[in-house]
Amino acid sequence: MKRLMSGNNAIGEAAVLAGCTCYFGYPITPQNELPEYMAKRLAAVPDGVFIQAESELAAINMVLGASVAGARAMTSSSSPGISLKQEGISFLAAQELPAVIVNMMRGGPGLGNISPAQSDYFQATRGGGHGDYKIIVLAPASVQELADTTALAFDLADMFRTPVMILGDGMLGQMMEPVTFPAKKKERHLAHADYVLTGAKGRPARLVKSLILDPKEAEDHNWKLYRKYQRIEQQEVRYETFMLDDAAMAVLAYGTAARIARGAIKRLREEGLKIGLIRPLTLWPFPNKIIQDTAKHLHDFFVFEMSTGQMVEDVKLALEGKARVHFYGRPGGVVPTPVELSRIISRHYYQSQKRKK
Amino acid sequence: MKKVYAEVLDEMDLREKAICVPPAGCAVLAYDYIDIDMVEAPHGRGAAVATGIKRVRPENLVFSYQGDGDLAAIGTAETLHAANRGEQITIFFVNNAVYGMTGGQMAPTSLLGQKTTTSPAGRDPGREGYPIKVCEVLAQLGAPAYLERVAVNKPAAIRNTKKAIAKAFQYQLRKTGFSLVEILSPCPTNWKLNSVESCAWIDDVMSKVFPLGVIKETTC
Ligand SMILES: Cc1ncc(C[n+]2csc(CCOP(=O)(O)OP(=O)(O)O)c2C)c(N)n1
Repeated sequence: MKRLMSGNNAIGEAAVLAGCTCYFGYPITPQNELPEYMAKRLAAVPDGVFIQAESELAAINMVLGASVAGARAMTSSSSPGISLKQEGISFLAAQELPAVIVNMMRGGPGLGNISPAQSDYFQATRGGGHGDYKIIVLAPASVQELADTTALAFDLADMFRTPVMILGDGMLGQMMEPVTFPAKKKERHLAHADYVLTGAKGRPARLVKSLILDPKEAEDHNWKLYRKYQRIEQQEVRYETFMLDDAAMAVLAYGTAARIARGAIKRLREEGLKIGLIRPLTLWPFPNKIIQDTAKHLHDFFVFEMSTGQMVEDVKLALEGKARVHFYGRPGGVVPTPVELSRIISRHYYQSQKRKK
Repeated sequence: MKKVYAEVLDEMDLREKAICVPPAGCAVLAYDYIDIDMVEAPHGRGAAVATGIKRVRPENLVFSYQGDGDLAAIGTAETLHAANRGEQITIFFVNNAVYGMTGGQMAPTSLLGQKTTTSPAGRDPGREGYPIKVCEVLAQLGAPAYLERVAVNKPAAIRNTKKAIAKAFQYQLRKTGFSLVEILSPCPTNWKLNSVESCAWIDDVMSKVFPLGVIKETTC
């Protein structure tokens, strides 16, 4: 059955259906609908825990506690609050604890505004906090995808014992779209539950820590994490393409920007411009291979982001100079229309056609 | 100090129920001493981590172990709000009037006039404020069930500390609410006193500012 829901509420419902029993958060626009939904929804779940924390610092550390106690736990915030969570996320990564963190990005830096933006890409995809670690970053682009991605996020977090971030923005969080949910609540399958603290009854005591004073041991721990990240890079890359087969130019965009890009491409196709789309669904791990494969038959990539240019660096890294990279960015909470974007893309398209001749 | 609560855990047969949250600070090395489940918290966030654990596992005995920098500076908000929500957790608050782990800097509990590496002229209330009396501050809140200040500077005091720890655990096991035991502890290295002088300093100076005894107790 389809339900009309906001993105923020859809994440909440999907989380509960995925077996999330604990939510901790602190109010910030544009994601307040999610904690408000969880406050009501988790009250109806046996063992459901909802706490409006005193800060994002407290919230992420409550997640840490709930996670190590064996629950599926989540927190959400928007840009400034996500900055505050970074120390906790670093601890979760270091202690190899599963957790789901939602960032409904808003215009920054500083207090910025409450309009949709994509300027936390670097922070999300580079780990975000201190130390050598990565977190899985998922970039849905519709309310249905927000719901599906939420379930996926909990599974990936368990599978790799790592924090997973859902990176949306104020537009995705607040828009209403029809969405369907799984008919049944999912049972959690924890393959390796031997980290969960239950009290040392009939087994040796467990210790979950990240303080490793011996540098050699700490190095080993870092390499262990690194190998896990390599496995994730090999197994978990996700992306979608649109009209890419015969394209002469590939647009790269994620989330809200990808919706705008899709609209622009449809218009441009009607005018006969051969343009396609690569839309990363995982921002880390980044879909390098499809970009490299695409570069074998076209030489112009156009990156569109609602920032001054962050993902564009990953595209350049993937291409290693083998193709031309065009860029259009709108930071600070400005959301251009598909028509505006189509004009920019078309200009770049014709310029590169001319260059080829 | 670690020995004291390890003994209480054994005497009350709580070892298999216990989950401990050691902090960043000297207390982080707790896990080298006792054989119970533990998870390290980021500096100051012990009360938030303990909250998360206890809400998921209400049948376990959940306690944190935190220094004065940890609890009363960087972690003040987490401590105050966990206490104010009446979380069913126990906090052992080790007050040694300095930052020990990082080498003897001024703590929120450093005494007036106390010389530390970052208050070389002595703590001046006009510049650095007054020592924070954590138990007295928390006693203003509605929810906390049991707040007591003890010391570990001599055998009789240690016996009292054991009693207070046992009582705090009782409060938690009976789900009566938040409990915190503040323990005045010597830090000879950073106080630049020998251990006999340190123990005397707790009696003669420190406990004059931080009076020992029950600060708040609801009927258990
Ligand atoms: C975010 C952060 N800031 C600073 C530190 C460094 N640090 C480790 S322990 C500590 C304070 C220790 O003092 P206290 O809490 O009084 O405990 P003690 O060592 O005296 O037992 C500090 C500042 C840290 N680990 N994390």
